[in-house]
Amino acid sequence: MLKYIIRRLLHMIPVILIISIVIFGIVKMAPGDPVGTNLDPKATAEQRAAERARLGLDKPLPVQYWNWLTRSVKGDFGDSYIYKKPVSDVVPNFIWNTFLLNVVDFILAFLISIPIGIICAVKQYSKTDNFWTVFSIIGISMPSFFFGLLLIYIFSVKLNAFPINGMVTPGKNATGWAHIKDVMHHIFLPALVLVIGSMASLVRYTRTSMLEVINQDYIRTARSKGLSEKVVIYKHAFRNALIPIMTIIGFWIPGLFSGAVILETTFVWPGIGNVMMDAISARDYNLIMALNMFFALLTLLGNLLADIGYALVDPRIKVE
Amino acid sequence: MTEKNIKNKTENKAPNKSNGLDSKEIKEEEQVILTPWKLVLRKFKKNKVAVAGMIIFIIMVFLALFAPILTPYDPYTMDFSQVNQPPSKAHLMGTDELGRDYLTRILYGGRVSMQVGLFAVIIEIIIGALVGGLAGYYGGWVDNLLMRIVEIFMAFPFLPIAITISAVIGPEVAPEKRMYIMMFIIGLLSWGGLARMIRGQILSLREQEFIQAAKALGIRDSRIIWKHLIPNTLGYIIVSATLGMAGAIMSEAGLSFLGLGVTPPVPTWGNLVQNARDIYVLKNRVWLWLPPGVAIFFAVMSINLFGDGLRDAIDPKSK
Repeated sequence: MLKYIIRRLLHMIPVILIISIVIFGIVKMAPGDPVGTNLDPKATAEQRAAERARLGLDKPLPVQYWNWLTRSVKGDFGDSYIYKKPVSDVVPNFIWNTFLLNVVDFILAFLISIPIGIICAVKQYSKTDNFWTVFSIIGISMPSFFFGLLLIYIFSVKLNAFPINGMVTPGKNATGWAHIKDVMHHIFLPALVLVIGSMASLVRYTRTSMLEVINQDYIRTARSKGLSEKVVIYKHAFRNALIPIMTIIGFWIPGLFSGAVILETTFVWPGIGNVMMDAISARDYNLIMALNMFFALLTLLGNLLADIGYALVDPRIKVE
Repeated sequence: MTEKNIKNKTENKAPNKSNGLDSKEIKEEEQVILTPWKLVLRKFKKNKVAVAGMIIFIIMVFLALFAPILTPYDPYTMDFSQVNQPPSKAHLMGTDELGRDYLTRILYGGRVSMQVGLFAVIIEIIIGALVGGLAGYYGGWVDNLLMRIVEIFMAFPFLPIAITISAVIGPEVAPEKRMYIMMFIIGLLSWGGLARMIRGQILSLREQEFIQAAKALGIRDSRIIWKHLIPNTLGYIIVSATLGMAGAIMSEAGLSFLGLGVTPPVPTWGNLVQNARDIYVLKNRVWLWLPPGVAIFFAVMSINLFGDGLRDAIDPKSK
């Protein structure tokens, strides 16, 4: 297993390199002079040239790429233009906010969806099942930003029950328990959007994979042995139904972080997605490149995690 | 929707097994031989939810298509005497901050949104079928190389890369042409999954007798791929195309909502909802963001229902 993981990690290196070239290429295609944004407009030609040299922009593109890459590997992604500090200092400030939102979503969505999916599969075509099928279709088809706006309109504007956006009440500077309560108050709506969206697909997946398993012969055998329905469903069936769910998690993790761009913009949640939008509108290229690389790495790790999880829960899969 | 289909399946199965023979004997002359596509159609028609999805979708396509006939207004003509009007008889969905009729903007916006969805999917299918077909048929190093490329494309985080590309080339492109850029961005970033699926299909088809026979007859490779292999994966392609279109419409809406998709004055459902990012509009001018959002929701949902129904009808294994 360890060998397999190491091999997969090595396998990722060329992929990451090519992705980095593409990202670098896209960003270098950007119009405008990156020097101009850093200097005051009155700078002389010599000052500009000096700044170009300082940023290494006077060198040919492959050299620039190589410099960027070697620095990035060491954790130096250059300075962020909007925040006026190194990118590696900016990102950690925000990543935890995104992480918080996603962890809440992850835990709640799993705790709620899997039992529901199982019940729907066991009681196929029942009223409960039909209800959740309709729920899933609606949840899958609802754009997160529109759903978010609807919730803001209903709960914040009309009912005045939750704050419209942000993560803390501005100017409150609460600490300790009061701070936690404030954040919980703010996280409710964005988390609700995420959880319902995740539940829509998770319930569906759990149900489908459960149905597939339930109709297999070994489940019939288990039943005819006289095992209780509980043991049959939760011990025999559920374990195998978990396999496809494991792969979903792998695809889900990167999706959450990159989907955060839209959700965090809707709720002005100070996370990585919001930073990405700020970086885009201010053309903060160092930050844009770093964030793209971060999202790409996350996608690859998610895939790897899915494969490892797959191998862990399914002994039939041989890792060679 | 899926439930109904399974019900149909199980209902069909039982009588078929027991009296399949009898019915043949009794009414042999009345037996209609159904082509596989007719079977699919029959199965699909029984799925009421999927048919409803299809009908809703067709209605939406018609509304967009006949927008110039359906509304007397022009989506770009401003009327400063009619700014920010709530819905009324003259303007069924009110007007925006420039006095443009909002219903007209939504209808024309649907045109753009659905066109982007459609063409993005066409790009996705062309690349996906080509790459998947070649990889599956030739195997060996071709397969290895192409699948490595697919792997790279699938590792691109869709939204961040899409907004980066859009932001980089965006300012140079006129709003009227951004639509085409969106098609390419969405199409180019989303063919990986389809290519993988088609490759898998072709790998298993390749070993079957009819392909062996075609090869033995000396038929050209390209002909085998396009005439024998791809048509056999057509069912899957159609299903992914339908569901892919729902995804593409959603992506376009998301990007346009962020202001990085199709930009005003060209209307799309996504950039119409964008109005609500202004808290004042969100609070006081509900007609500016609710209808286009509902339109996205209905379009995506109807295509999803339709696609699910198609999958159930086409793929005998699906549940």
